[in-house]
Amino acid sequence: MSKSEPQALAPAPANVAGAGAAPAKRRRYSLLTKRDKFALSLMVGIPFVIFMILIWGMAFVSVILSFTNWDGVNPIHFVGIDNYTQLFTTYPFFWPALSHNILWLLFFICFATPMGILLAVLLDRPLRGSRIYQSIFFIPVVLSLAVVGFIWELQYNVLDGFINSALVGMGLVQPNATIDWLGDPSINIWAVLVAASWRHIGYIMVLYLAGLKSVDPSLREAAAIDGASERQTFFHVVFPVMAPINTVIVVVTVIESLRAFDIAFVINQGKNGLELLSILITNSALSEASLIGFGSAIAVVLLTISLVPIVLYLTRVLRSENM
Amino acid sequence: MAGQRTTHNRLRRRLSRAGLHIFLSILAFIFAWPLLYAVYTSLRPYGEVVANPNGFFSTPATLNLNNYFTFWDSANYPQFFMNTMVITLPAIVLTLFAASMVAFAVSRFSWRFNLLVLMIFTAGNLLPPQVIIVPLYRLYNLIPGIPLPFMDNGRLYDNAIGLILIHTTFQTGFCTFVLSNYMKTLSKELVEAAMVDGAGVFMIYRQIILPLCRPALAALGTLLFVWIYNDFFWSVMLFKSGDKRPITAALNNLSGTFFTDPTLVAAGSIMAAIPTVVLYLLLQRFFISGLTLGSTKG
Repeated sequence: MSKSEPQALAPAPANVAGAGAAPAKRRRYSLLTKRDKFALSLMVGIPFVIFMILIWGMAFVSVILSFTNWDGVNPIHFVGIDNYTQLFTTYPFFWPALSHNILWLLFFICFATPMGILLAVLLDRPLRGSRIYQSIFFIPVVLSLAVVGFIWELQYNVLDGFINSALVGMGLVQPNATIDWLGDPSINIWAVLVAASWRHIGYIMVLYLAGLKSVDPSLREAAAIDGASERQTFFHVVFPVMAPINTVIVVVTVIESLRAFDIAFVINQGKNGLELLSILITNSALSEASLIGFGSAIAVVLLTISLVPIVLYLTRVLRSENM
Repeated sequence: MAGQRTTHNRLRRRLSRAGLHIFLSILAFIFAWPLLYAVYTSLRPYGEVVANPNGFFSTPATLNLNNYFTFWDSANYPQFFMNTMVITLPAIVLTLFAASMVAFAVSRFSWRFNLLVLMIFTAGNLLPPQVIIVPLYRLYNLIPGIPLPFMDNGRLYDNAIGLILIHTTFQTGFCTFVLSNYMKTLSKELVEAAMVDGAGVFMIYRQIILPLCRPALAALGTLLFVWIYNDFFWSVMLFKSGDKRPITAALNNLSGTFFTDPTLVAAGSIMAAIPTVVLYLLLQRFFISGLTLGSTKG
């Protein structure tokens, strides 16, 4: 991270601080007294140092710990890349967890996010009751994911959940052959993905609606005069000018998929078909086994994957600031 | 000919509008269903459901609020709600204070420095929190040796202060980003005039910038309330099971022992959800503008 930033920043001043801007900036500077500069340093400095220690410092310590076999009690021994070899070869939950995270991402990208965008586009035009629809689609977003987990357990429960009760009640399924939506490891991840999408769709919808509102209406009028259909207008006019929002939506989708934790944790602590990278970290390092080195190695894998969208996003932001 | 085409078009438009309403209504019902069902379940006495051969797929003979009373009394809901508030409210104030200071101060420094700080904050805010939990957990369990105020157990673990600290730190990243974008839209002349008059930077921050940022602060405050109230991860990881836990984490504890019947689970979930849903319905405008501030720029 810190290595790539100065490079990315290097061309910036030449582009931005044009001839007019530089003297103005210098003049403002001269107004600052020594006391002012000291006060400003504290205002940035204190929160910045705390942030660096608690976020980036801890991420860095995770990297160090991942090369040890520390159990939290005995002295720390460095074991090289042992944790990683074990993780990639013998540890049975790593590949399932990784593939669940990828599945999560694909499901969001192919279904939940486009669904949110579709709802935003439909609700953006003048439509009676648009506000009410928006509120209904958005309410799941203000619920805690833990609550989302409980609410969906009421639907999915094998014995008295609504879905099974309804299937039995309608005679579609025999009472002794109900589907164990959350317990069957071949389907429970899909059940969780439906619950997670329930919340994700509304979130994307609101973000996208905000973007659509900021699109210059004259663009659409011009397209309409040129005889473009609504679909053409969206794909050829609106979608391209929404590039910044599209980036945000992609980043939100990827990051949410990597952060996935709460629902699976509420349902069965991320076991038996619901393994996720995030849960493997806490299950190995914060459990009684206290495999701190090993858990940190999983954290480093998650950190590395997360840095890809983060860096891509920030370079995009930088580029747009430079223009 | 032309008239015929317009009526044809109007008919088509009306049909497609009706189709849209049908599509949206069905979808809205599907979306509302899990929540409606949870409310409905929470109102049913469990004994009656069990006695019914169709179980939950049945019409109720009685609906009452007994599950809510049980949850309020036996599961000690007021206590857990207070636990959450003791964490959430100070964390919101501190986050807005820290973020507005950083956003203000970096804008006084050079542009490059400004951007670098913002990048570090934003990138950190986007990390999955699970990436830092292992060392953080160890750090929170260290005993500093010096008695700190409000910390009866001498550690940050299992302590509201610890949760306030991590929430504030994490959210400061996002809020700084949003507030600095907001401050860019404020007029520079005001600040410069105050400086010429000899006002110190802190005074400018306090007297000029903060009042001007009120709309952004209100929007972020609403958003932060919902996020911090809803937090599950930090609460479960940094709080021992017990009566000090925030409501979301407490629900998880109850699910094994106290929640033996789904009607009670439903009542507990609804009660945990009420504060944020009510806040959202009341302050919808702030809430949406908070999200918008963060996304339209950048």
